[in-house]
Amino acid sequence: MTQTYEHALLDLARRDSRVLVLTAENRAAIRGLPAQLGPRFLDTGITEQTMIGMAAGLALRGRIPVVHALATFLTMRAFEFIRTDVGIPGLPVKLVGAVPGVLSEANGPTHQALEDVALMRGIPPMRVFCPADLPDLVAGLPAVLADPNPWYVRYCDRPAVTEHRPFEIGRAEVFRAGPRDDVALLVSGALFREAWEAAALLRADGCGVRVVNIRTVKPLDQQAVLDAARRAALLVTIEDHFETGGLYTAVADTLVRAGAPARVLAVNCGDRWFTPALLPDVLADAGFTAEAIATRVASALTRRHLVPAHA
Amino acid sequence: MNDAQRRELQAIAREVRRHAVRMAGGGGCFLGASLSCADLVVYLYRHFLRVDPRRLDDRERDYLLLSKGHDVPALYGTLAELDFISRQRLANHLSPRDHLYWHPNRAIPGVEFHSGSLGHLLSVGMGIAYDVRLSHGRSRVVVLLGDGELDEGSIWEGLLVARAQGLTNLTLLVDRNGFQANVRTEELIPLEPLTDKFAAFGCAVRTVDGHDFDEIDRAFSDLPFAGGGPSVIIARTVRGCGLPSIEARADRWFCRLSPAEVTALLRELEGVAAAELESEPLMVR
Repeated sequence: MTQTYEHALLDLARRDSRVLVLTAENRAAIRGLPAQLGPRFLDTGITEQTMIGMAAGLALRGRIPVVHALATFLTMRAFEFIRTDVGIPGLPVKLVGAVPGVLSEANGPTHQALEDVALMRGIPPMRVFCPADLPDLVAGLPAVLADPNPWYVRYCDRPAVTEHRPFEIGRAEVFRAGPRDDVALLVSGALFREAWEAAALLRADGCGVRVVNIRTVKPLDQQAVLDAARRAALLVTIEDHFETGGLYTAVADTLVRAGAPARVLAVNCGDRWFTPALLPDVLADAGFTAEAIATRVASALTRRHLVPAHA
Repeated sequence: MNDAQRRELQAIAREVRRHAVRMAGGGGCFLGASLSCADLVVYLYRHFLRVDPRRLDDRERDYLLLSKGHDVPALYGTLAELDFISRQRLANHLSPRDHLYWHPNRAIPGVEFHSGSLGHLLSVGMGIAYDVRLSHGRSRVVVLLGDGELDEGSIWEGLLVARAQGLTNLTLLVDRNGFQANVRTEELIPLEPLTDKFAAFGCAVRTVDGHDFDEIDRAFSDLPFAGGGPSVIIARTVRGCGLPSIEARADRWFCRLSPAEVTALLRELEGVAAAELESEPLMVR
């Protein structure tokens, strides 16, 4: 049985007295912790800026603050506090953004964090972890807390579709079903499930598919990206994020820097907010279902008359 | 405070003002803002804060956080006079080979945190104060705020939390010089009745003359004030204090002085003669 985020965090807090849990009155994922942690749990109320400033002060005193708020308010309302008070000194504050991307479901655009990865990537010492699901989140948490850098964690509590390998910062998780790679699906975050199922659909049609769970968008596993580009005729970036500044941009940066030629299909939110609804309807409307992704990939392969790289 | 202590503080403050005037030569500095808080900073470092330049990592030290970071020449001068940094180092002001620029940063021994963006260091100080209490420490945290800085919503948001958390080891010291960057506070965003505003947020408030060491000392000696929340000391000050030719002038917040003006203002500090300033008043914000 999968450990919950709350239990994983509590375990880490019990093992290391430097860990403090903060929230700007967003307790959904940590509701049991006040009773367990006493004064090492601090709810500042609906005050994202103050929470970040306090986290910086706590970190100056040697603590490891793990702060929680909805991803939009955390990364955007408090952006300058994160950039200035956490980013400039590079303090080990761990930011956990709840209901990012499509997980905001029917809340509407105010709650749609679709630029959070772009914003956080843009802060020099900040690292970014986009777990695929709850077990992936739990797998990465100890390394994120132990790392001396500030981190942004794009919270994801979706159930897993496969077993994950041990977590390593800057190391993507590569899944291959056979020797051939016609296409590589590079996915960061909550759409891992849809990418995984799209891969199954494509494989059923005889296509060789590599699935890469990026895990840490920053530091990005550049070797995994370049390796995929070398072996597959088509790279597909999959993320519930605006096109600018997220995984697609990070992959493009890597390819350009290496001078690596690649065809890239970008599956993301483009530059529009998605239609608010429950998750299945959001996925359908945004073109993020496994079927929709598989269709786009198959079409891209056909349209471009791509010949698999190994042929 | 006895006569000798007062005279010593006055002598240090005079030297700090001289340093600030020299820093206003060359590339310039926020001279007016620095001189309004110079006496406060000197008092804090020489008389109030338990902080030893030889043991700056002492967890039991007191903390000063300079939230209105543009007044840092007053801090540089004080740190030089009290042996946190060498006096010679002040000559590096604005040099790319050192870290003495227009806002404070932690590369300077004695600077606890960088600032420059207003409205940040109250919450940073609150995090320190919270941890001091959690660690059963004795450290006191003083956050020096500008009065114009009180426009920032984060100050009032922070006060709500500081009161809710009962951070009695935290003191807000307001440099009430009456000016925003370019205009008087009361002409732009009126702050009065300021004491009532802080009181309404659950703070116990004292007002002092920010250039009278005895008054400053009496207030700080009474910390923490009763009330269960942070204490607030509003220091009534004069922008540019000590230099009549720039005192209380909106256009002498930032000064970039010619060598002759530096010399003239140094003489003015000694009360020898009023300086005649010809350098262009600057609006930098």
